[in-house]
Amino acid sequence: MSSAKWTVLTTLAILSFTSCSSAPSTSPSRSESVALINGAGATFPYPIYAKWFDEYHKLHPDIQINYQSIGSGGGIRQLLTGTVDFGASDSPMTDEQLRQAKFKVLHFPTVLGAVVPSYNVPAVTEELKFTPEALTGIMLGTVKKWNDGRIAKANPGVKLPSNDIVTVHRSDGSGTTFVWTDYLSKVSPEWKSKVGSGTSVNWPAGLGAKGNEGVAGLVKQTPYSFGYVELVYAIQNNMAYGRVHNSSGTPVKADLASVTAAAAAAAASMPDDFRVSITNPPGRDAYPIASFTWLLIPGAIPDSAKKSAITGFLRWMLEDGQKMTQQLSYAPLPPEVISKELNAISQIQ
Amino acid sequence: MAGAFSLPERGINEPKRRSFLDRLRSADQLAHVLTMVFAAAILLVVVLLVFELFRNSGESRSKFGWEFFFTSQWDPVAGKFGALPFIYGTLVTSAVALLIAVPLGLGAAVFLAELAPPRVSDALTFVIELLAAVPSVIYGLLAVFALVPLLRDPIQPFLNRTLGFLPLFQGPSYGVGYLAAGVILAIMVVPFVISISRESLLAVPNEQREAALALGATRWESTWYVVVPYARLGIVGSVFLALARALGETMAVTMVIGNTPQIAGSLFAPGYSIAAVIANEFTEATGDLHISALVELGLALFLLTIVINGVARLLVLATTRRGTTHP
Repeated sequence: MSSAKWTVLTTLAILSFTSCSSAPSTSPSRSESVALINGAGATFPYPIYAKWFDEYHKLHPDIQINYQSIGSGGGIRQLLTGTVDFGASDSPMTDEQLRQAKFKVLHFPTVLGAVVPSYNVPAVTEELKFTPEALTGIMLGTVKKWNDGRIAKANPGVKLPSNDIVTVHRSDGSGTTFVWTDYLSKVSPEWKSKVGSGTSVNWPAGLGAKGNEGVAGLVKQTPYSFGYVELVYAIQNNMAYGRVHNSSGTPVKADLASVTAAAAAAAASMPDDFRVSITNPPGRDAYPIASFTWLLIPGAIPDSAKKSAITGFLRWMLEDGQKMTQQLSYAPLPPEVISKELNAISQIQ
Repeated sequence: MAGAFSLPERGINEPKRRSFLDRLRSADQLAHVLTMVFAAAILLVVVLLVFELFRNSGESRSKFGWEFFFTSQWDPVAGKFGALPFIYGTLVTSAVALLIAVPLGLGAAVFLAELAPPRVSDALTFVIELLAAVPSVIYGLLAVFALVPLLRDPIQPFLNRTLGFLPLFQGPSYGVGYLAAGVILAIMVVPFVISISRESLLAVPNEQREAALALGATRWESTWYVVVPYARLGIVGSVFLALARALGETMAVTMVIGNTPQIAGSLFAPGYSIAAVIANEFTEATGDLHISALVELGLALFLLTIVINGVARLLVLATTRRGTTHP
C-alpha cells in the first residue's frame, strides 16, 4: 500500500464530502469572545454537571462549558490525549495512570455518590439490615439462601425464607461497581484477594444487568433476588433498599446526610491530592458505601482565558454550586473538604 | 483504485469518435469516477476497520497470543482475558435464533408468496417490513418486560419438565440467559427471512409452477419441490443476512443474556456475547490491556463473521447447480 495511493484515495473521498462540511463555518467567529471549555467523563454526576454548566453560563455568558458523559475511563483517556480541557471520573486515577500522564493532573471532588443494597424477598416487609459479612457472602456466592445465619443475625424477628438468593450485578463498567467492590475489598480480605475492586470485575456469582435501570428491573421482577444500585437512582425511583452496618456496627440507612457524614469522617485523613476512597469510614452516622466523584483538571493550563474560566467555575461550584446538589439528590461535600479544595485551586498554573 | 487514472488513457487508446470532454458533458465519465469512488469508500472502510482493530489490539495480541481465543477467564482486575465464553455465547444465541427464525420465516414466506391472496400478502408484508425497522433497544425492552418473565415461569419450567433429560434444558430458571437472547434474536431476524425469501419466491417464473402442475404435482408439491428449490439462493441469502444481524446484535442481547462470562451447557444459564461485552465494558475500561482485549474481541467477531459467511457460501456453491439460480 503506497502512501501516494492512500493520499489519492482519501482525497477523493474527502472531496466528495466538502460541500457538506463547508456549511457550519460561521460559528467560530462568534466564539472568539466566548471561552469554550470541553470536558468529558463520568456519567453518574452528569445531571448535576449539566445543571452547573448551564447555570454558570447564565451567570457568565462569555464562558461555555461542554460536557460529554462518555464514562470515567473515556474521560481519563481523552484528558491524557489532550482532546478535552478537563476530565471527570468516579474513581481516582491510579498511580500508574498518573505516571503515564505527560502532565500533572489535579483531582477536585465535586459531589458524593453512594451505593445501596436492594432486594426482592416476597413476604418480607421489614427493612433488611446487612452486615459486611452478609454482603460479601452474598456477592461471593457463599451465602446461598436468604435464611443464612449471616443475614438472619442482623435481622432478628424477621422471618426469612429458605429460597436461593439470585444476585444481580452491573454488567457495564461503572463507578457504581467500583465503589461497591472497593467497599467489599476493604471489609473482606477474601474478596480482595479473589475478586478485587474495579469498574468491571470477574464476578464469582450472579447475573449481570446493564445500568442501574437494568439491575433495578431484574431485581424487581426476579423473586428472591439481590442487587446493588446507585443511591440517586434508588431515591428517584422510590426503591426499597436495606441498611448497612458501618464500621462502628450501626445499621445506617443511606441518605444525603449519612453520605455527607461519611465524607466528613474521611476528611480528617484527606490526602492533599484528594485521591481518597471513603468507603467504610469511621463514625457512627457515616454510611459505609460512598464515594466522591472527581473533576480532573490539568495542573497547568497555558491558555489564560481557559485557565481563569476553569478556576472561576471551580470556585463557584464549591460555593454556590453545592447548594444545588440536594434538589438533584446528590449529597453535597462537607465544609472541611470544600475549604481544602478552595485552597487547592491555586495549584492550577 | 488504479482504474480511476487509467480511465482517460483507455478513452484515448480506444478508437472513439467522442472526445473526453464530450463524454464528461454527457456525464458518463463523471458518473464512472464518482460511483467508483463510492465503491472504493466501502472497501476503504473495511480495510480501515480491520487495520484499526488489529493495531489497537496489539497489546492484548502480544500478551495472550492465540491463547486469547481458547481461554475462558475474563478478569479485568487481574488483567487476564480470554474470549472463549463470549465466542461461545455469540454462536449459541445465533444458532438458537436461526433454529427458530428459519423454519418460521420460510413457512411464512411460502404462505405469503404462494398461497395467500395478493391483498393479504401485501398488507402482511408491509407489517413485517415495519418490524424490521424497529430499533433493537425496543426489542430489548420487550424482552425484559414480556419475554423474560414468561420464560422464567412457565416456559422454562415446562421445558425442564418435558425435555429436562437433555442437558440443554436443565438448571435453575432465571429468565435471562442464552434462551432469552436466542428467542429475542429470532424475533428480530425473522422479518429479514420472511421479506427476502418472499421476494425470491415471487421472482420464480410462473412457467416453473405451471410445468410442475402440468406434470401432475399438487399445489404443495409444486411449491415445495419446484418453487422453493428454484428460489434457494435468495432464501439462503436471507438466512445470511439474519445470521449477520444475530451475530452482531448488541443492545437487545445484553439486556437479556445475563452477562456472565461462562460456558454452560444449559440454555437456561446466563451467558455473554462478544458484542454485549464490548458495549458493556468499553466506556469504563481504564486499563490499556482491558481496552486492547475488548478491541481484540471486536477483531474476533469480525473474523467469526467472515468465517461463518465463507463456510456458508461454500456450502451454497457446493450444493447449487448452475441454472437453478434465480435471476
